[in-house]
Amino acid sequence: MDFLKSPIQWATDPWGKVVPIHIAWFLIWVAAIAGLLFLIVHATYVRYFAKPRQFAAEDDVRATSAIPDRVPRHSLVARVFHWIMALAMLTLLFTAFLPKIGWQFPWVTYHWIAGIVLTASILFHVFHASFWLDFWSIWPDRIDMTDASYRMLRFLGRSAPAPRKFAKYPLENKLYHGVIILAGLSAIITGVFMMFRVRTGILPRNPYLFSDMTWGMMYVLHGLAGVGLIALVTVHIYFAIRPEKLPITKSMVFGWMSRDFYLEEHDPRRWIVGPESSSPNSGRTEA
Amino acid sequence: MAVIRDVMPAFELLQPNSVDEARHLLEQHAGDAWVLAGGLDSFDWLKDRIKKPKAVVDLSGIEELKGVRSTGDGIEIGAMTTLTEIVQHPVVKEKYSLLSEAASVVASPQIRNQGTIGGNVSQDTRCWYYRAGWPCYRAGGNICYADTPEGRNREHAILHADRCVAVNPSDTAPALIALAAKFVIRTRKGERIVDAEDYFVGPEIDITRLHILQDGDLLTAIRIPSTWAGAKFYFEKVRDRNVWDFPLLNVASAMFLSNGNIEKMRIAVNGAAARPLRLKAVENAVRGMPANAATGQTAGQLAVQGAVPLQFNAYKIPLMRNLVKRAIGGVEEAKWTS
Repeated sequence: MDFLKSPIQWATDPWGKVVPIHIAWFLIWVAAIAGLLFLIVHATYVRYFAKPRQFAAEDDVRATSAIPDRVPRHSLVARVFHWIMALAMLTLLFTAFLPKIGWQFPWVTYHWIAGIVLTASILFHVFHASFWLDFWSIWPDRIDMTDASYRMLRFLGRSAPAPRKFAKYPLENKLYHGVIILAGLSAIITGVFMMFRVRTGILPRNPYLFSDMTWGMMYVLHGLAGVGLIALVTVHIYFAIRPEKLPITKSMVFGWMSRDFYLEEHDPRRWIVGPESSSPNSGRTEA
Repeated sequence: MAVIRDVMPAFELLQPNSVDEARHLLEQHAGDAWVLAGGLDSFDWLKDRIKKPKAVVDLSGIEELKGVRSTGDGIEIGAMTTLTEIVQHPVVKEKYSLLSEAASVVASPQIRNQGTIGGNVSQDTRCWYYRAGWPCYRAGGNICYADTPEGRNREHAILHADRCVAVNPSDTAPALIALAAKFVIRTRKGERIVDAEDYFVGPEIDITRLHILQDGDLLTAIRIPSTWAGAKFYFEKVRDRNVWDFPLLNVASAMFLSNGNIEKMRIAVNGAAARPLRLKAVENAVRGMPANAATGQTAGQLAVQGAVPLQFNAYKIPLMRNLVKRAIGGVEEAKWTS
């Protein structure tokens, strides 16, 4: 039974030390199955068990009167970044794991090129989000945590106030973003060092940059982050195509969401949309 | 690393009498079975205890895999036909002497008596880091010990290296490519026939194998069409010890000439990469050109384009250039240049 084997493959190096060399490849299937199980369980829950959502207090009419019909959500730059990153991420996952499950092709060059594209786009995103967007809008705040505790209590049948509507991003979005940062940075940082082991023409080859143990841990971390991303990307695509989330997905294509959807889901006091930000390309409104 | 030599690990020895039975056994022991042809490569692995299969499927009792047969269009050689039989076979000698010549320089007479054509084309690389059991890329690890600043890589690849720099050591493979041979493979889905050059695979596609055989697959025969029968052949193998050694490089070519000009040609080299390389650019470039040293010189330059030497194998670049030159211009006319 593969599932009972060690999740890490070990080997004895020429100096007699037992070192990790990479993850056991059955973890690819573990991650894929975990992602699929999550979406089956979630879809079943939403379809048969979930109660209608309830939010606290009505919106302030004064705050909502200035909301335009099309609420700008993602600037053109942010959307271009997102789709470049998505393309790079899918290329990285396919080139990394398809050969491991039997679809063989010359994957290494495509893989590291996609890795460079992803790294560059993320560096750009960090810079762009830090100076042009509302950097903190994607990070959980105290209200998110309070509302999460309310939702949890109500889910468990306990008495708690109704949570408020979301800011620009629901807590789930923010947590997902945090996990993606962890997995993505792990894969990227280890991947950049791994480029020293292949001929890229960019970095000088130096297979002895680290000890066998350090290299091994790096390959393991890269692999774990990679299989983790299989599950994370599966979940992300699942939510992107769920009917109730489609307005959000469309906003990643067109840049805006409808006023009705905005008012239904978002708290105008927490995500302030004014007449000055009526264009999807306008200033500090998003991350 | 402690290696116990000359004591093979215990395994179940399976001796089928037919290809179907062999295929069935391979499927039954999927992933744990080792295919034993002549045993020359296999026993190294087993005695060094680097490979420890649970079952060994010995093909020596399968008569249908042995012998050279004439077909409507050429010949078919069973995968278990010995190299000596190929060297001595009258039809091979008469029409496909390129193959008999290549087979005649494989290792030693004793090894040729035991070694088979199927084993020769399917044998594993001789990279000593890999064969010593070190956890390199080819062994499933994450490093190539040969492609390091201190790595001993005099025999390794100058072309198409991709993480691993091991080379294919077969002498008959380039000859079969030059003869436009087809390899017949029995898979779980039935019979599959591939061009000789497509039987081999580089590390960019599969870093753990030198050929396309997957677990359970069996190379059953090699078919050589009459297309190149009686052509002007050239085979040359360069090795450290002429009495018995693997190739540093070898070249095999088949040419048809018309008034001293090359009408058509097929040429392949081995020992330069993890798979034998058919030099299509050279074949196209020399078509219609005179078969002389000047053409050979041009072809040689073309053949080594893109070559990247390692620390200790830069000599392979002029070596390959000259072998290609000699294959076209002939040994007498095409003098060796550095």
